[in-house]
Amino acid sequence: MANASHVLTVEVVSPDKRVWSGEATMVSARTLEGDIGILPDHAPLLGVLVDGKVEIKTVAGEKVEFTINGGFLSVSQNRVSVLGQAD
Amino acid sequence: MGAQLRIYRRRMRSVKATKKITKAMELISASRIVKAQQRVAASSPYATEITNAVAAIATYSNTDHPLTAQHVNAGRASVLVIAADRGMAGAYSNAAIKEGDLLIASLKERGLDVRSYLVGRKAVNFYKFRNREIAGSWTGFSDNPTFENAKEVAYALAQEFLGDSDEIHIVYTTFKSMITQQPIATRMLPMMLDGVVKPEGLLPEYEFEPNATEVLNSLLPRYVEARVFNAMLQSAASEHAARRRAMKSATDNADELIKSLTRLANAARQAEITQEISEIVGGADALASASAGSE
Repeated sequence: MANASHVLTVEVVSPDKRVWSGEATMVSARTLEGDIGILPDHAPLLGVLVDGKVEIKTVAGEKVEFTINGGFLSVSQNRVSVLGQAD
Repeated sequence: MGAQLRIYRRRMRSVKATKKITKAMELISASRIVKAQQRVAASSPYATEITNAVAAIATYSNTDHPLTAQHVNAGRASVLVIAADRGMAGAYSNAAIKEGDLLIASLKERGLDVRSYLVGRKAVNFYKFRNREIAGSWTGFSDNPTFENAKEVAYALAQEFLGDSDEIHIVYTTFKSMITQQPIATRMLPMMLDGVVKPEGLLPEYEFEPNATEVLNSLLPRYVEARVFNAMLQSAASEHAARRRAMKSATDNADELIKSLTRLANAARQAEITQEISEIVGGADALASASAGSE
């Protein structure tokens, strides 16, 4: 962790469990309005996600991918939560 | 074997058979509590996140949405009561139903018309027996609810709320610990934003994709689902805990019964033996005195 304020704390949760949690440098997802990428220090945001992929680039440089059936994306103060029926 | 002794032995056999059943149920429930507890814990991140999301919109946007504010004045409220499908759980179901009754009474006092939604066969039977009206009921999954079950129930409640109910309340049993489970009634909709204070002046720039109303519209059913699912899971854990406790005291009681019946049976056996001896002695005496008299 190079700089605490320049990473995103990400939580991917589904109704019955926490699917993934960790730190990332970028999160991208598809909202009703189109693809969106979240970088550290993004403005607070709440979005509706459509069916599709959520991509997380972790601090270690790996790429994690989730397929979700709709859900929500919430960003505030470098905390990103992806709420979905992930599977 | 004397009649009295036979009766005691028969009762002991029957108590022992019952004890085997209650013991088995106790063990089954004990093992299921842990699983149910884990499911409650696993479902809470989602519930927390979704509540935070709703709270964020309520705090940072100026949208008036049914989710967070009173919207209709139809003079109607809906109540969801979650109880068990099966008995043998002590006062678990009754406690939840009673809590529901208290809530319904207080809603009626406020002049609201109350519609009842029920989960669990025990609640349904309770209402049917008293000829109360049931707006909707679901049974068969109270001890192991899935998210699909919650979705079904949540859909009906969300429809009711978007239709003509002012408020949606939910009555369930919170799982505090293995020994404490508390039935509680809370208002689910409109959302109660306890401890969330709307900041004065300019709101921080919160982005909504596509817009706040749209986000709230799609958040509402998800929020209801999460709340209902969490309530069902907690109730299931409480049900198992209540059943385990009820079955444990039944087993303990059976032990007590067996102990006292054993004592009674022993006394009866001893009495029988004593009687036989005195009969033999009496018989021998009579024979002795009869033969003495003939000489």
